[in-house]
Amino acid sequence: MLRDKAVTGMQLTLIIAALLILSSIGYAMGRRRAVAAGRGGALRLHSRPSYHGAYVALWCALPSLLLLVLWSIAEPRLAEWLLIARLPDSIRALDPDRLGLLVLDVKNLAVGNIVSREIDPALQAAAEGYNRFLTLSTAAMVVVAISIGVVGAARAIRGVSPAFRARNQVEKVARNIMLAASIIAVLTTVGIVLSLLFEALRFFDQVPFFDFLFGTRWSPQTALRADQVGASGEFGAVPLFAGTLLITVIAMCVATPVGLFSAIYMSEYAGPRFRATAKPMLEILAGVPTVVYGFFAALTVAPFVRGVGESIGLSVASESALAAGGVMGIMIIPFISSLSDDVMNAVPQSLRDGAYALGATKSETIRQVIFPAALPGIVGGMLLAVSRAIGETMIVVMAAGLAANLTANPLEAVTTVTVQIVTLLVGDQEFDSAKTLAAFALGLVLFTATLALNVVALYVVRKYREKYD
Amino acid sequence: MTDASNVIGPERRPDLSGARLSRRYAAERRFRLYGLAAVMTGAAILLVLIGTIVANGYTAFFQTEIALEIDFDPETIDPDATRDPEVLRAANYQVLIRRAMQARFPQVTDRREKRTLSRMVSSGASLKLQDMIMVDPDLIGTSRRVWVKSSDDIDSFAKGKIRRDVPDADRRVKDREIAWFDTLDSQDAIRSKFNTTFFTAGDSREPEQAGIWGAVIGSFLTLLVTLMLSFPTGVLAAVYLEEFAPKNRWTDLIEVNINNLAAVPSIVFGLLGLAVFLNFFGLPRSAPLVGGMVLALMTLPTIIIAGRAALKAVPPSVREAALGIGASHLQAVMHHVFPLAMPGMLTGTIIGMAQALGESAPLLMIGMVAFIVDVPGGFTDPATVLPVQIYLWADSPERAFVAKTSAAIMVLLAFLIVMNAMAVVLRKRFERRW
Repeated sequence: MLRDKAVTGMQLTLIIAALLILSSIGYAMGRRRAVAAGRGGALRLHSRPSYHGAYVALWCALPSLLLLVLWSIAEPRLAEWLLIARLPDSIRALDPDRLGLLVLDVKNLAVGNIVSREIDPALQAAAEGYNRFLTLSTAAMVVVAISIGVVGAARAIRGVSPAFRARNQVEKVARNIMLAASIIAVLTTVGIVLSLLFEALRFFDQVPFFDFLFGTRWSPQTALRADQVGASGEFGAVPLFAGTLLITVIAMCVATPVGLFSAIYMSEYAGPRFRATAKPMLEILAGVPTVVYGFFAALTVAPFVRGVGESIGLSVASESALAAGGVMGIMIIPFISSLSDDVMNAVPQSLRDGAYALGATKSETIRQVIFPAALPGIVGGMLLAVSRAIGETMIVVMAAGLAANLTANPLEAVTTVTVQIVTLLVGDQEFDSAKTLAAFALGLVLFTATLALNVVALYVVRKYREKYD
Repeated sequence: MTDASNVIGPERRPDLSGARLSRRYAAERRFRLYGLAAVMTGAAILLVLIGTIVANGYTAFFQTEIALEIDFDPETIDPDATRDPEVLRAANYQVLIRRAMQARFPQVTDRREKRTLSRMVSSGASLKLQDMIMVDPDLIGTSRRVWVKSSDDIDSFAKGKIRRDVPDADRRVKDREIAWFDTLDSQDAIRSKFNTTFFTAGDSREPEQAGIWGAVIGSFLTLLVTLMLSFPTGVLAAVYLEEFAPKNRWTDLIEVNINNLAAVPSIVFGLLGLAVFLNFFGLPRSAPLVGGMVLALMTLPTIIIAGRAALKAVPPSVREAALGIGASHLQAVMHHVFPLAMPGMLTGTIIGMAQALGESAPLLMIGMVAFIVDVPGGFTDPATVLPVQIYLWADSPERAFVAKTSAAIMVLLAFLIVMNAMAVVLRKRFERRW
């Protein structure tokens, strides 16, 4: 499987390289022809010669590249379909799962890997046929792609004439390529929504929607055998939501005061020299990868919290929500402080001057004038921070628990949505089990929640922003 | 009475303004102090974070080694004197180490004690002997002093991570081993050497043989894919949206979309990669190719947003001058605006790449979390990346992996600092202000 991917990958690179060479030749030829056409004729060239060259190059490369893309999508499917069609009827009568395994084995056989089953002549023949088809198809692809390139280039070269508006054509293509690039972002969102929705719907076929959303027991171990005891698989996600909420609240309790006050100090009190050292420091804190925070939480903060708790006679879980939430708060401090700093800096100086003229002290100005004026922006920033905290994964994976406890006690271990997604999907998985699909349902909830928070945040900022000009 | 009060005027209330003023000033000082305390808290946290990691991690750059008098016995290595590489490779070098240890401590006779004794040396030491013989078969029959790695427990003990004053029962290194260690130390047979393995080896279950090179190469390949995909796409999208897009509902949609995408949790991108790239397109699991594609989708919004800001900063006069002397719209943008915006775009790209380098959650989803010993050789080989390696080591039960994890974090942070410094330099040197 890996090997044939690598081989076709190399072939693809070779074909693309050939096409690039071909189109640069086309560029040179087109340019030459345009120069020649411009020199003798009474008509001046409409477009610069390089645009004619580029036009030829585009005609050479684009159609064949498009073909290559379509081909590499269609080829494996076609090959598999042919493979199955050629198998004896007795094998084709197998149920889809076992047939799939058999097809995989034949493919492995075709690339020369070791397979677990006995090799009978029919399979051997199928593997050979499969190989033959792939070789043939690759050869055909090379020939067709190159000849389309040559034909396209030839056609375009013939079209070179002083009156031809090559620049407009090239610019049109360039614009469309740029449009395609910006549509990728939209396609990503569509892809996220569709893949989450599709898998989640399959999950809700097996587990009722309301049981998932309002159930209070979470133990996603589905039974391997029908008669197995104690592994019924319960998918009530309320404990996960509660755990996520608890950790988020702790994180915000840490991050809000520290972040807000440092923003106030930096924007209103600090001199330029203090700012020049303190701001990069907060930026470093923002740039630390979350896996580092996770390690810090698990190695240093959690034992510390536990030690302090035990010294005053409290029982603290070693993976307490307090440790994970606290460290997540640290991660969010720079986020809140830089957003609030920006917002407060944007409040016009005239408001400050007005307050000072009425005799207000600096802190009174901040509390009664600047803070209210900046409030929508700050609230928006906080909502974004909450959405970050909800979606944060590594810190909680490393420092929060796995067991789904429904509790509001920050000293106990809780689990979160992201932790469960990771535990459900890391390691071996069968793709159709409710256990695996549950991760996508959780992902859908996560995506919806963060999306809603972001939209509300943007709305708050836009709607309640004071306009000063 | 009324008359009198009219004459005197309204009764003055006592003057409290002085007290009130001092109260207000006290509040002012307090408020300012809160602010300063908040900034200092941030600084203290950063110091503690870096401090813990350096304190835990610097020892991993060194490795304790033990000197052994190895007798390269021809009977054991190559009894028929064939010098055939296959025979040399298959020989039992573990025996040589065991014998050398026993020669040093002849008083140890008990079987179990003997086993403990030979476990003081890393299980990778036999590979070193094998390498020596493969390179120079003439060593067979000679005897020489060879420095081999100690086991991770002995290493931790030598570095003071396992303390002598802990009761024997709670200590991973027992009294007996400490005695042996002290004997070796008094004979100058213990040394601490710079740990090159850490920078040249792939992952391993044995802490003293584990290295980050495999993860570094995996990160490099992954980021290369990310860069190749997201930089051109992001830049083209930014140019289109900022310069060409008509102002209508569709472009509004794309814009809102990009802003929202920037705030989608990274793990969701991992789910997308799993469902679309792995299950739908059937691309290989654990491959830098897929990891790079997922991270490219994730960094795309960052690059687009930074690119648009850079384009917006170029004054319209540049555009208008180009249009005024007859350039087409595309020519004006590509020949004049774009080059001026390039430093800003590159800065945004480097910052996006730094984010991608530190990201691990989406890569867990697409199987880059497997235990992989080999250094990946291509984009479709199974690989892991630096942050995921850190995650894997942090989960390991061996005490010695704590130091390795911290050391790997130091390497990762060093890379990130270099990348961010590059972005800062780029911004300082090339970004013009109009």
